[in-house]
Amino acid sequence: MRQIQTIEPGATLLAVENVSLRFGGVKAITDVSFDIRKGEVRAIIGPNGAGKTSMLNVINGFYHPQDGRITYRGATRTKMRPHVAASQGIARTFQNVALFKGMTTLDNIMIGRTLKMRRSFFWQLWRHGPAMAEEIEHRKFVEEIIDFLEIEHIRKVPVGKLPYGLQKRVELGRALAMEPELLLLDEPMAGMNLEEKEDMCRFILDVKEQYGTTIALIEHDMGVVMDLSDRVVVLEYGRKIADGTPDEVKADQKVIDAYLGVAH
Amino acid sequence: MTDDATAKLDTFPKWLAYNAAVRPVRPAMRHKDLGIWKEWSWAEVNDIVRALTLGLMAHGLERGDKIAIIGSNRPKLYWSIMAAQMAGAVPVPVYADAVADEMAYVLEHAEVRFACVQDQEQVDKLLAISDRLKTLDMVFYDEPRGLRDYDHARLRPIEDLISQGKAQILADPDAVRRLDARIAEGGGDDISIILYTSGTTGRSKGVMLAAGRCVAAARDTVAFDRLTDRDQIIAYLPLAWVGDHYLNYAQAIVAGCTINCPESPETAVEDRREIGVTFAFAPPRVYESLLTRIMIRMEDAGWLKRRLFHYYIGVAKRWGEKILDGKPVPLPARLNYALGHLLIYGPLKNVLGMTSVRVAYTAGEAIGPELFSFYRSIGLNLKQLYGQTEAFLYVTCQTDTAVRADCVGPATPNVDIRISESGEVLYRSPGQFLGYFKDPEKTAEAMTEDGYVRTGDAGFFEKDGQLRIIDRAKDVGRLRSGALFAPKYLENKLKFFPNIREAVTFGQGQDAVTAFINIDLTAMGNWAERNNVSYGSYQELAAHPQVYEIIAGHVAEINRQLAEEPLMAGAQIARFLILHKELDADDGELTRTQKVRRGFIAERYAPLITALYDGSTEAAISTEVTFEDGRKGVISARLRVMDARTFPVPAAAPARAA
Repeated sequence: MRQIQTIEPGATLLAVENVSLRFGGVKAITDVSFDIRKGEVRAIIGPNGAGKTSMLNVINGFYHPQDGRITYRGATRTKMRPHVAASQGIARTFQNVALFKGMTTLDNIMIGRTLKMRRSFFWQLWRHGPAMAEEIEHRKFVEEIIDFLEIEHIRKVPVGKLPYGLQKRVELGRALAMEPELLLLDEPMAGMNLEEKEDMCRFILDVKEQYGTTIALIEHDMGVVMDLSDRVVVLEYGRKIADGTPDEVKADQKVIDAYLGVAH
Repeated sequence: MTDDATAKLDTFPKWLAYNAAVRPVRPAMRHKDLGIWKEWSWAEVNDIVRALTLGLMAHGLERGDKIAIIGSNRPKLYWSIMAAQMAGAVPVPVYADAVADEMAYVLEHAEVRFACVQDQEQVDKLLAISDRLKTLDMVFYDEPRGLRDYDHARLRPIEDLISQGKAQILADPDAVRRLDARIAEGGGDDISIILYTSGTTGRSKGVMLAAGRCVAAARDTVAFDRLTDRDQIIAYLPLAWVGDHYLNYAQAIVAGCTINCPESPETAVEDRREIGVTFAFAPPRVYESLLTRIMIRMEDAGWLKRRLFHYYIGVAKRWGEKILDGKPVPLPARLNYALGHLLIYGPLKNVLGMTSVRVAYTAGEAIGPELFSFYRSIGLNLKQLYGQTEAFLYVTCQTDTAVRADCVGPATPNVDIRISESGEVLYRSPGQFLGYFKDPEKTAEAMTEDGYVRTGDAGFFEKDGQLRIIDRAKDVGRLRSGALFAPKYLENKLKFFPNIREAVTFGQGQDAVTAFINIDLTAMGNWAERNNVSYGSYQELAAHPQVYEIIAGHVAEINRQLAEEPLMAGAQIARFLILHKELDADDGELTRTQKVRRGFIAERYAPLITALYDGSTEAAISTEVTFEDGRKGVISARLRVMDARTFPVPAAAPARAA
């Protein structure tokens, strides 16, 4: 879907202002503000239970914060459903791979194109003429993603049979198929070996370079975070404790305390 | 194809032009890209390569310049090889998985001026070693991904060169004339390519091959296996290996058949199936892993399918090879085999992508007879060849009707083989190399005075004229009597028995051959269970008298076989013992790739060797062992030494290796 308004690289793409999220009495996020600039890799880090995944869920409209505002592409939104976020160019991957296990790699990635399909359900059923032409067009796009992620050899393999590292790659492929403006990655390297991590790093950087996609990622591997990201925001117990370049964050005493613990 | 017309074609660029004229619309090359097979005809390939050559010449490529080719099997890299040859330059393919340092050695040694590479990975490697590569001017790449922000002062896409050349062909008749002159200038004596040996022993050497000889060798084997422009091959072997340059490049160009480039190295099996390859090559381990995969999948199949599979594989084992060899087979067996083909062999070959395969080769290492028979029994015309880079591949290869697992076939047409005094295989072949690049000393070492090339392998001819390779020549020794002693040959024969896991033979400079034997705990343990033999440890089982009897039977069987081979009859195993422990890499007795370290073992078990030769019936040994958790301990044992039954050499005077 074509964006009406273009955002220059470096300008604010998404702003989170004073967001708080509660589940009953449990405060998941308290008064957090930060922004994501067009074209950057923005990392959200923090110890377990810091509210990182909740933050992603807030951004893509799965949770609705009780307080605060989220401004995406200049428009402030109140309550938004995830599919609206998706149609506005926000795609994501999940901490626990969420693919259709019985379907092939190709079909899983084709699903990422659903929102881009224009022909109605009935045209698609007929599967001739315009619907077929459209499908071919989408397939071409998907094949480019398959080539990009180097998963040609598993094109027709049911995803459930694949090793974890490859499943993660397929999930990234499905998110890319949406041609997102903002890509949210929830622990893209979790459970991967060194080689798979290196591959994934390369893919993330290539996505940024080739498609100009803005990326927000949650990751526990500090080496990866510091190498990949342009700016890092650090959460602890639902609050923001630091925000800045990797070097600034690394030197921040509060961050060191949060990760290493402090003697009370 | 008329012989007269092709007789004068002494370089690959001339063959390319010939193919473009004779079979312009036949597919020359295919590449699966973005899920779709793209195709180029011979005329198209010729046009592209001509354009690319002009593009390279515009960058100052001169006759005799070296161009590195680095990457996997992709059309643009094959075109780069062709274009280099068209311009009279010398392509130097390099193993794409080589680390930067190894690559630096080859590129430096070859003095490359240009490099045609696949992608960012290879460009990065070249940049990392660029300070060592004084002669390197420009790098051309195929895949632009990730390279957009690189400094393009010395970097250009191959695609650009082609379009530049195409524009030049249209606009500048002079350039076309220059190009045609270059092609005409090329002759059979030109160096067509330099292939660097993989260098497992020391630094790799650059094998220089002449254009005319390459063409001549390819013509011989194309005729031998009756390859035509209808044949399909899949190019998945490393570009820098002689096998790829011969089987996928030289043969394809001379036969005019289609080179199919897989989508990625991982998809080669699937792509082979889609294409319906007719000529296939794979090293033994590929066939082995394919077979293992089938067997594992069959274990998961339903009861009926499994029963059917095993029954018909049994039928194939009994009759398949006979049918393939055209030997007489009773009609009912033939009918049953045909049914098996319908139900099992056909679908199986389809899954393997071998339905259309007419000729399949394997080479590189000894192939297990069972593995070899399996593929032949389901109707795959699998044969062996023997060769090396210096020969431009073929030295021997098997004909369709005389195939056996333990030999590599008679000499390929026009190849002249001789066995030296020391038993080393020497040859002269049409494709024979010109020498090692910048290394006349090594070249002289590799040749005999009368122009034969030393293979470094020891072997002999069987009665049916097939060559049998027994060992590396430097490992082959002689007994005191002068009889040939090939340790690995004997050990392989022993290990062929499932009960024997490992064997080490001795005999260099001795009166007789003796052997250490390691029993296979799984196989012997299984036997013990079935025969109510109780044992508490490996050591106990190994020393069991009945086990000794069984092994003695095996050794006697080997000796009986050896007695029938005139050359080997003198090397029968006179005495043996069964070791009390398994030879182990942790103790330094095996290499990490499970090869026995003969010298080390001889030293460590010196008292046992003494006992083998001094006639005693028992020997004491205590050795230090390393347990799996790293602790060390000592095992002591008294081992029995047994005389083996030997067989008299048949009456006819044994033909000693002259």
